[in-house]
Amino acid sequence: MLTEIANPKIRIEHVSYAYDGEMVLRDVTLDVPANAVTAFFGPAGGGKTTLLRLINRLNDLVDGTQMTGRISLDGQDVYALGVNIPQLRRRVGMVFALPLPLPGTIRENVLYGPRLAGERDRSRLEEIVVRSLRQAALWDEVRDRLDGPASALSGGQQQRLCIARSLALEPEVLLLDEPTSGLDPISTGKVEESLLELKQHYTIIIVPHSVQQAARVADHAAFILMGDLIEYQPGKKIFTTPRDKRTEDYVTGRFG
Amino acid sequence: MISVNSRRYVVQRIGFGVLILAALLVVLPILFVVGAIVVEGIGAINWEFLTAIPRDGMKAGGIFPAIVGTLLLTVGTALAAIPFGVGGAIYLSEYARDTWLTRAIRLAIVNLAGIPSVVYGLFGLGLFVLFLQFGTSILAGSLTLAIMTLPIIISTSEEALRAVPTEFRTVSASLGGTRWQGIRNVVLPQALPGIITGVILGLLRAGGETAPILFTVAAFYLPRLPQSPFDQTMALPYHLYVISTQVPGMPIQVQYGTALVLLALVLSLNVVATVIRSYFRRKRQW
Ligand SMILES: Nc1ncnc2c1ncn2[C@@H]1O[C@H](COP(=O)(O)OP(=O)(O)OP(=O)(O)O)[C@@H](O)[C@H]1O
Ligand SMILES: [Mg+2]
Repeated sequence: MLTEIANPKIRIEHVSYAYDGEMVLRDVTLDVPANAVTAFFGPAGGGKTTLLRLINRLNDLVDGTQMTGRISLDGQDVYALGVNIPQLRRRVGMVFALPLPLPGTIRENVLYGPRLAGERDRSRLEEIVVRSLRQAALWDEVRDRLDGPASALSGGQQQRLCIARSLALEPEVLLLDEPTSGLDPISTGKVEESLLELKQHYTIIIVPHSVQQAARVADHAAFILMGDLIEYQPGKKIFTTPRDKRTEDYVTGRFG
Repeated sequence: MISVNSRRYVVQRIGFGVLILAALLVVLPILFVVGAIVVEGIGAINWEFLTAIPRDGMKAGGIFPAIVGTLLLTVGTALAAIPFGVGGAIYLSEYARDTWLTRAIRLAIVNLAGIPSVVYGLFGLGLFVLFLQFGTSILAGSLTLAIMTLPIIISTSEEALRAVPTEFRTVSASLGGTRWQGIRNVVLPQALPGIITGVILGLLRAGGETAPILFTVAAFYLPRLPQSPFDQTMALPYHLYVISTQVPGMPIQVQYGTALVLLALVLSLNVVATVIRSYFRRKRQW
């Protein structure tokens, strides 16, 4: 089982997590390599979203939770005292399963993060808009309506806008939680394509919306079953030659 | 089948009829009161009535000082109540955890909203007029009205803030926003129509109250405009009370005219609230 690699971007060590005493992750240990797409997949309610949200400390917003273990980014404990949490979240961007544009225009959505980060230079901001929307494969569709309401975009466009919004901050890590769950096959294809581009520069963790998608995009994949990390393998081996019976059952569609 | 259906239809018609009647019964008295005030009072309304100082023991001249007084008190109430009310609502909705303390605060707010306004008047007399030695003044009156208004503003604002889905806060945080930045940039703008409505409702109540200003600011007869926050002032609700019960031989038209002016001020604030609410509702995106 691949859990320890040299120079991981993210190292998750013995992480257990509970909501109101209800354990949803049990002793999860794995390393996420840089510049690759790592997939966390498994049946619903297994704790994949929770694990993502622990990496950028988004679950700090949830009350009544208990965590043990350690998560580090470039060797630094993200839960250490004195960590600048907004700064951490700029380094570790996240895209949610349901696209939620902020009120306002497309441009305002893309620039929300950079503006909060203090970027004021107009030409820099303009560059950011163009680059992020290009990277998210949305530029051609919205270049003429950047100052139109973001809520007027289609669901698929909104999801790519949300990706662009994260990319605007040039994060080192991108957490994608079922980014294509609401999308048609064509939009899904576009998003998956842009992932191939993006992984050159970013470390990507994706919770895919199906095993098929995991198999298409993942360079490494971890199977999470009801809070337990069952199996983690480099490459696509987990889909072709799973070692664990439970993984095999899941990828061949026998349960879940 | 057909007969069953047509019977149902008749029953349904009767049901609707009863509902419409009930609605009319609610609206009719209001229409009647408003109509009576307009009919009886409109004759008193002229430029002098609105802009002149009362003369002849308030039986002639205008009610200008009372109009100005009510406007000043409303503005004073707004200045004091909005920051604390909205601030308190933000604290309760966005920052406070669910502890016995916040539960106690909420319980207190609910109960404060139910206290008779004359009690607020006495409280204001004790605290602002006497203890803090603001005297009978616009300052003391505004603060008293503000305290009376706070529960309304806090509870409606908190409700408006809670109606904004959590996900907006999560998105803002995920883009490197602090909690306050998320509130400031994403949550507050969306809650604004609800907050404004609550504020205006609160101010409406404050502007029309007599009891809280009775001991804290209102002057029986003061034929000049106040010069500072420490001055007394006349105010429409109290003036109406005075000319209706305390002054023998008061022309009835003056009484109705004063009531009409008060009603118009209150209703126009109400209209403003409605316009703002519908404007923002159309702009909202979820
Ligand atoms: N905010 C929360 N409060 C309480 N329990 C929660 C919360 N979020 C998630 N849970 C619980 O934690 C468990 C794991 O949820 P999580 O969303 O992490 O799973 P998931 O693997 O992402 O599922 P899915 O594939 O359906 O998205 C579930 O049992 C869920 O009910
Ligand atoms: Mg999930």
